Amino acid sequence: MEHPETYDVIVIGGGHAGCEAALAAARTGANTLLLTQSIETIGQMSCNPAIGGIGKSHLVRELDALDGAMARAADLAGIQVRVLNASKGPAVRATRAQADRDLYRSAMRTLIGEQDNLRVFQQSVVDLRVEGSAAAGVVTHMGLRFRAASVVLTTGTFLGGRIHMGLRNQPGGRAGEAPSNALAERLRALPLRVGRLKTGTPPRLDRRSVELSALAEQPGDDPPPSLSFLPQAHPRQVCCHIAETNPATHDIIRQALHQSPLYSGVIEGAGPRYCPSIEDKVVRFADRAKHQIFVEPEGLTSGELYPNGISTSLPFDAQLALVHSIEGFEKAHITRPGYAIEYDYFDPRDLHHSLETKAVSGLFFAGQINGTTGYEEAAAQGLLAGLNAARQAGGLAPWVPRRDEAYLGVMLDDLVTQGANEPYRMFTSRAEFRLRLREDNADLRLTERGRSLGLVGAARWRAFAAKQAERKRLLASLESASVKSGGAVAQALAAQSGKPIGEDVRLVEYLRRPEAGIGHLVNAGLVSSAFAPELLRQVETEVKYAGYIRRQDAEIAKLRRHEAMALPQGLNYDDLPGLSRELQQKLGQAKPASLARAARIPGMTPAALSLLLTHARKQLAGDAAVAAGNE
Amino acid sequence: MVCHEEGRTGGRGAGLIAPTDTIAALATPPGQGGIGIVRVSGPLALQIAQRLISRQLLPRRAVHGRFQGNGELIDEGLALFFPGPRSFTGEDVAELHGHGGPVVMQMLLDAVLTGGARLALPGEFTERAFLNGKLDLAQAEAVADLIAAASAAAAKGALRSLSGQFSQNVRRIDEDVLKLRVHVEAAIDFPDEEVEFLSEGRVGKRIDGLLGALAELMKGGRQGVLLNQGVNVAIVGQPNVGKSSLLNRLSGEEAAIVTDMPGTTRDLLKVDLVLDGLPIRLVDTAGIRHAQDPIEAEGVRRARSQAAAADLVLEVQDAAAGCGPPIESTAGRTVLVENKIDLSGASPGLVAGAPPRVRISCRTGAGIADLVGLLKKQVGFTGEGAAFSARQRHLEALDRTQTALRSAAERLAAGAPGELIAEDLRLAHQALGEITGEVSADELLGNIFRSFCIGK
Repeated sequence: MEHPETYDVIVIGGGHAGCEAALAAARTGANTLLLTQSIETIGQMSCNPAIGGIGKSHLVRELDALDGAMARAADLAGIQVRVLNASKGPAVRATRAQADRDLYRSAMRTLIGEQDNLRVFQQSVVDLRVEGSAAAGVVTHMGLRFRAASVVLTTGTFLGGRIHMGLRNQPGGRAGEAPSNALAERLRALPLRVGRLKTGTPPRLDRRSVELSALAEQPGDDPPPSLSFLPQAHPRQVCCHIAETNPATHDIIRQALHQSPLYSGVIEGAGPRYCPSIEDKVVRFADRAKHQIFVEPEGLTSGELYPNGISTSLPFDAQLALVHSIEGFEKAHITRPGYAIEYDYFDPRDLHHSLETKAVSGLFFAGQINGTTGYEEAAAQGLLAGLNAARQAGGLAPWVPRRDEAYLGVMLDDLVTQGANEPYRMFTSRAEFRLRLREDNADLRLTERGRSLGLVGAARWRAFAAKQAERKRLLASLESASVKSGGAVAQALAAQSGKPIGEDVRLVEYLRRPEAGIGHLVNAGLVSSAFAPELLRQVETEVKYAGYIRRQDAEIAKLRRHEAMALPQGLNYDDLPGLSRELQQKLGQAKPASLARAARIPGMTPAALSLLLTHARKQLAGDAAVAAGNE
Repeated sequence: MVCHEEGRTGGRGAGLIAPTDTIAALATPPGQGGIGIVRVSGPLALQIAQRLISRQLLPRRAVHGRFQGNGELIDEGLALFFPGPRSFTGEDVAELHGHGGPVVMQMLLDAVLTGGARLALPGEFTERAFLNGKLDLAQAEAVADLIAAASAAAAKGALRSLSGQFSQNVRRIDEDVLKLRVHVEAAIDFPDEEVEFLSEGRVGKRIDGLLGALAELMKGGRQGVLLNQGVNVAIVGQPNVGKSSLLNRLSGEEAAIVTDMPGTTRDLLKVDLVLDGLPIRLVDTAGIRHAQDPIEAEGVRRARSQAAAADLVLEVQDAAAGCGPPIESTAGRTVLVENKIDLSGASPGLVAGAPPRVRISCRTGAGIADLVGLLKKQVGFTGEGAAFSARQRHLEALDRTQTALRSAAERLAAGAPGELIAEDLRLAHQALGEITGEVSADELLGNIFRSFCIGK
C-alpha cells in the first residue's frame, strides 16, 4: 500500500549518521521520517563505547556548534572523560568520552523523540523508488510504499554484510542482526562504483572474571571536560584500565594465523591501517614485545568490558587462549566473541560535495556506506546529508563547508575527491589549516552559519550570543588597556613571566609574547576574573596564533580562487602535453571538478596546475564558441 | 556546482578576483635579442617600478632612466606603466626594458623581487589575464602552447637538468622533512602510541641537520652559481693569439677592438652573453707577457687575477706559431683553444687528451660549435632554455623551506607547542613540494602507519 503521508526527507538507518541526518532535516523544518529495522537500536554504539578522540572530537564539537545531538548525548553518557594532547597545543587538543552504551542510546532516543517534524517507523527497506533519475521514496519489506522528495541512506555495515570468525562466516549486519541484502542488490544495480571494506571488534569480557587490580588504572580528568558548548550534567565517573599483550600472546596468534580469514585470503575488503586487528599488529610489527590494551567499561550498570586493542577475527578457541595469556585476563570469561565484518560501500567519488549521489538526484549517502569509519565521522556526514536533503526538498542550494572552515569540510572534500581505499577516519593531520580549526572555536566558526541555515535552535543561539558579547568585551579590553613600564602592575607581570616590561605595552601586544599568558593578566588584576576560563583560553589562543592564521590567509585565498575555477569534466588528460604519464593517469581517475581539487592530487606541481588551467580555459572557450555556433 | 558561502559562480572579468600579491618575471627569453623585459603585475607594480627608476611614471608612457637597486646602478633603460584593467593581465602592470645581458636582467629582476614582488609561477601572468577576461580564444591557444612547451621542458628537464647531484640533494632533504613530519604528526595524532615527541632534543637535532644540508645545497654547487651569476669565463693567452677575436666571435658583436698589434687590450673587457641557454660573463684579458708599459703591466696583473677567479679559463694559443703546454696553472679549469687553424691548416674540432683542447678559427668560425659544446660540458650545464627560470623558482622554494625550518628550530628552542612546530614543518614541506611534487595528507598518514604500530 501507499503510505498516506508524503515526506520531505526519509532517512534510512538509526545509527549515528541516521540520527543526526533525521534531526538536522527536521530542525530546518522539513517533514522527516526515520526508518529503521529496530527502534530499540537507535543510537547504538556497535563498536567501542567512546565518543571523541583526536580529530574526531573536532567533528563532534562542530556538530554541536550546528546544534547536532552527538556531543550532548556523549556528555550525558560520559563516564570517564579526558583531554588528550593537552601539552601539544590548543588546535590538536581533543576530548574523549568513555560512554555508557545504555545512557548514550537513551539520550539519543530522547532527543529524537522530542524533535518536532520528525517521525520514526520500524521496518526494513528493500527498495528505492526512482522516477526518471530522481529519488521518489522507498518500499519496505512488507510492501509499504513511502513517498519523499529526498532520501538519505545511512545503512552502515548492513549492505551485503558478512561476519567472519575464523574460517567460518555468515551474513550479518552486526552481531545477531540481519544484513540488508535486498537493498544492497537494488543499489548495486545503480551506476555507482561498489567496493568492499572490513572492520572488526574485540571479544567482550565479563567484568567479574577480570582481575582489574592487576592492571594499571587510567582515571578521567577531574572535573570531567564537556564535549558540548551547552553544559550537560555528567553521570558518575569511573576508571579505565590498561593491560598489555606479551610474547606468549603473540605466539598464540602466530600459531593460529592459518585459521585467520585475513591471512588465508577469505576477506577481500581492506581494513583500516590505523585500527589493525591484533593479528595484524603481531605480523606487521613483529619486533614489538607488547601492545597496549585499553580496558573500557561498557557502562555503569553493564557487567561487560571492552578490551580496546585486541580486535580479532581468529577462531573462538584462539581468542580464548590469547585472552587468557594476558595478565589480569587469566580467568576472563568472554561474553561475546570478536569478529570481523565485511560490507559494501559506495565509492564516495560518485557523490557531490553535498553528499547527494551523482547518479540519482535527491538520493544522499552518509556514514559507513561512504567508506568511512567511526561514530563521529558518520554523525558529521549525517548532519550534512540531512541538511542538504532538506534543502534539496525545499529547492535550496546545498551547504558545503570549506576545508578552511571546518573538519566537516575537510572530510567531505577528502571523500569526494580522493575516495576511500580503506575505512576513512579523521585525523588532525588531514586538515592543512589545523591551527584555525580548533575544538574551542567550533562555535565561532559555525554557529552563526548554522543559525542562518535553520539548524540552530533558540536556546543555543541565546547562549552563543551571550558568549560572543563576553568575547567582544574581553577583546576590547585587551586592545584598549595597556601596562606602563616600571609600575607596580608591570612588576607583577614580570614576576610571573620572568621577563621585565621594557616599555609601555597594550595588553594584546603583551599577550603575543611567548612568555606571556592571559592568566598573568588576570592575576595582575588587568583582566576580570569573572570571564569564563574557556573564554580566556580561547582569546589567548586567538591572540597568540594571529600571526600563523594571517599567514594561512594567503594560502586560503589561493585555494578559494582555485575552487572557483571549474575544470570541464570532459577534459582529456591523456592528450595534455607537458604532464607526466603518472599525473595524466591520476587526473583521469579523479576527474577533479575544480583547480583546487586538482591541486590536492598527490604529485601535483605549480607548473602542471597552470598547464591544466590553460587547457581548461581553452576548452571552455571552445565549448562556448561551439554552443554559440549552434544557436 | 557546489555552492560555497560566497556563492561564486565562475563569472569572469576584472574585479572577480581581488588583486592579491604582485608577481614578476623575465618576459623575454634569456639570451635572445638585445633587449630584456622584466614584467611586474599586481598592486605594487607602479611603486616598485618608480622606486627602481627614481622617476614618476605616467600611464602608457615610456620613461627613460637608470635602474638602481640597493644604491647601485644596474642598467639603463625604459620603464612603462599600464594601469589595470587596460593591461596584459588586467591588473596594474609595469615593464622594465633593459639592454643588459641575462646577468644584468637577473639583477634587475632581483631588485624587483626585493621591492616586494614574488617570482611568478609558470603561466601565472596568463592565468591572471584569463581570470580578468583579457585574452581571447586565439591568444589563449597560443599561450597555452607556449606554456605547454615550457612545462614539457620543465617536466622533462627541470629536475633532471639540474645537475644530478642537486636534484638528489633536494630529494634527500624532502625525504628527511617527510620523515620528520611523520614523526611529529604521529606524536600528535596518536598520543597513546608511545611515540616520543619533541623530547630528548632529537627533533631539534634533525632540524639542525636539515638546515645544514639545505645551506650547503643553496650555497654550493655549480648550478647554483650558474643560476645566480652565470659562468665567469676568462680568455687568457700570449699577446696577439686572437683572444679578442674569440670574444667577438662568441658574442657576435664588435665588442672588443681587434687589431694585429700586440697589447691592444690593456684593460679588461667584459661581455655578457648566452650560449645555448647558458648565461656567461666573458672576460677578455690583456695578453700575458712581460710588459714594459706600466699600464699594460697593470692589465696583465688583472688578467692573472681574472684567470684565478674565473670558473673556466679559455687559454688561446696560436696554432700557426706552434702550441705547447698551458702557460697558466689553472688546474682543472682550463680549456686550450688553438686558434688560427685557417693559417696552420689543422682540422677543426676536439683533440683528445688533458687538458681539453679544441682547434678553431675565429676568422672562419670553424670549430666554434665544438668549443661551445666543450664549454657547456666543462661547467656541467645540461639544461635547456626553460630550465633557467625553473631553477630560479627552485631556489626561491628552497629559500622558503629554509625560513620555515629556521622558524621551527626557534620555536622548538622556545618551548612552543608541538602543533606550531608541525605547522612550520608543513610549510617547509609544502615549499619543497613545489620542486618535487606535493605530498598529500594521505601519503603522510600512510607513512605513519608504516613506521609506527598505531591503533587500538
